[in-house]
Amino acid sequence: MANEVQGSERAGVEGDKKVTVMNPAGYPPQITPKPMAPRLDSLDGKTVYLVDPRFDDSGLFLRQVQNWFADHMPSVKTNLVEMSSVYTKDDPKTWEMIKANGDGAIIGVGH
Amino acid sequence: MHAIALDSKYGVPTVAIHTNAFEKAVQSVTRMHGMPEARYTFVPQPVMGKTAEQLRAYVEGKSPISGRPVMQEVIEGLTRPAEGDRIKESKFERSTPRMVDSDSDDNLHRLFLENNWTDKLPIVLPTEKRVAEMLARTSRKPDEVAGHMRSNQFRQYWEFTVEKVAINAVMAGARPEYFPVILALASSGVSARGSTTSSMAAMVVVNGPIRNEIAMNSGTGAMAPYNYANATIGRAYGLLSQNLQGGSLPGDSYMGSQGNGYAYGTMTFAENEERSPWVPFHVQHGFKPTDSSVSIFTGCRSTAFTLGVREKYWREHVRSMLRGMDAHSAPTFVLDPIAARQFIDRGGFDTKEKLIQWVYENALMPAGEYWDYQLIQNYIYPRATFGEEPYASKLKAAPDEMIRMFKPDEIHVVVVGGETNGYWRIMGCNYQKTVSVDEWR
Repeated sequence: MANEVQGSERAGVEGDKKVTVMNPAGYPPQITPKPMAPRLDSLDGKTVYLVDPRFDDSGLFLRQVQNWFADHMPSVKTNLVEMSSVYTKDDPKTWEMIKANGDGAIIGVGH
Repeated sequence: MHAIALDSKYGVPTVAIHTNAFEKAVQSVTRMHGMPEARYTFVPQPVMGKTAEQLRAYVEGKSPISGRPVMQEVIEGLTRPAEGDRIKESKFERSTPRMVDSDSDDNLHRLFLENNWTDKLPIVLPTEKRVAEMLARTSRKPDEVAGHMRSNQFRQYWEFTVEKVAINAVMAGARPEYFPVILALASSGVSARGSTTSSMAAMVVVNGPIRNEIAMNSGTGAMAPYNYANATIGRAYGLLSQNLQGGSLPGDSYMGSQGNGYAYGTMTFAENEERSPWVPFHVQHGFKPTDSSVSIFTGCRSTAFTLGVREKYWREHVRSMLRGMDAHSAPTFVLDPIAARQFIDRGGFDTKEKLIQWVYENALMPAGEYWDYQLIQNYIYPRATFGEEPYASKLKAAPDEMIRMFKPDEIHVVVVGGETNGYWRIMGCNYQKTVSVDEWR
């Protein structure tokens, strides 16, 4: 039980005596800044994809977002699409499709 | 994270909509992924179960975080150019110091608590002497990278060395002779502090000679706080998970809604190989009986238990227990040796595989009921609709048709207990992997 708190160590750290200990945290990844896509001048006449991650009734929510655009910004074309699998997986096929056919995207609600 | 990829990698201006419970988590993830200016807004939690009218009110309403109209933030997110102001605030290169500034015992305990480096129970301060004693029990070098870990798939991996694992092992009160077991757990890359809203915990089963070398308990009270090795190895696994993956802070890097008491000790025990009528768990997974290993399960939440395996209605009893389990987390049978032998007597299951096959064939649920579970909707239904088997075939079943709840390779059997009686339980959990302890000696 060599690592259990030794009597001398415990006595030594009482009062004002300082002790030195080691940092238990791991090493974070280096953060690489990612560029944002250029924003649109306006949404007028644009196609916006509404991406459903298929999580906790997210599709029902996006349907209401789609209705909002129809009521308030009818010049915006909205396409509601589901991710190809569970929200935890990347979905490059869908992203490529949106890149080819859309001007912008709204993803929600995924927590 | 998908919004970040779509925006930065594919060049599509994207806005993400989240619920307000995830404000800090979203800020943290976007910052760590290098896009602190990512565009997002919030609606109230929850979305699940709301009517169309209530959801429309969310859309028409204001963000509970900013107080601004949700759709205004959506439209601005697609049209307002990046300003770069938040990027300037970010630190793109960070390192973790090896030591903590010297201080008094009381102040250091307070610091560890305030930094969320503990499990809110008192810890042993990791002095260099104690860490060196821990490191002496492995042939690995202190600065060797022992592994990488993250709290979920939306986070980036953090890296850690053998020394970092030793520091956490000391904090947990573990004895140096346990260190190879703890290193094996750390090297798995599987976090015992996974962040899901479902509040999962992990479970560890130790097999092979190391069990007796370090006096682990596989008998009476093995899953309870009555054995020093079981208790401190499990605690070390929890502490190292939270500290080596970048934290486990509620509302930020831990989103378990209710939390989980199993997480305190990470349910760590040895399989009772001596009294089990079957082959040890690690032998089922490619190891020799003379090898020492740790097997890790995650997603531990649901539990069912009973006494004995009754002659007349045991099949019905077990089926009822299985129906009561979370349909998304497969069953692991955790059997006292008495119960294990009763399963052989009642069902003729002279191997674990035969019992697993019976469970696979008898864990049944009407298809309509199965597909309506929210967890099945979230995690299985999308895979079924895109043709993944066996889910796609299950989806073709009529609502009242009985379908199998689990796949056979998801079902497991472990023997533990001291034979004070024939109690046994089913843990709903997901087997992740078995890792060699010997490689970390």
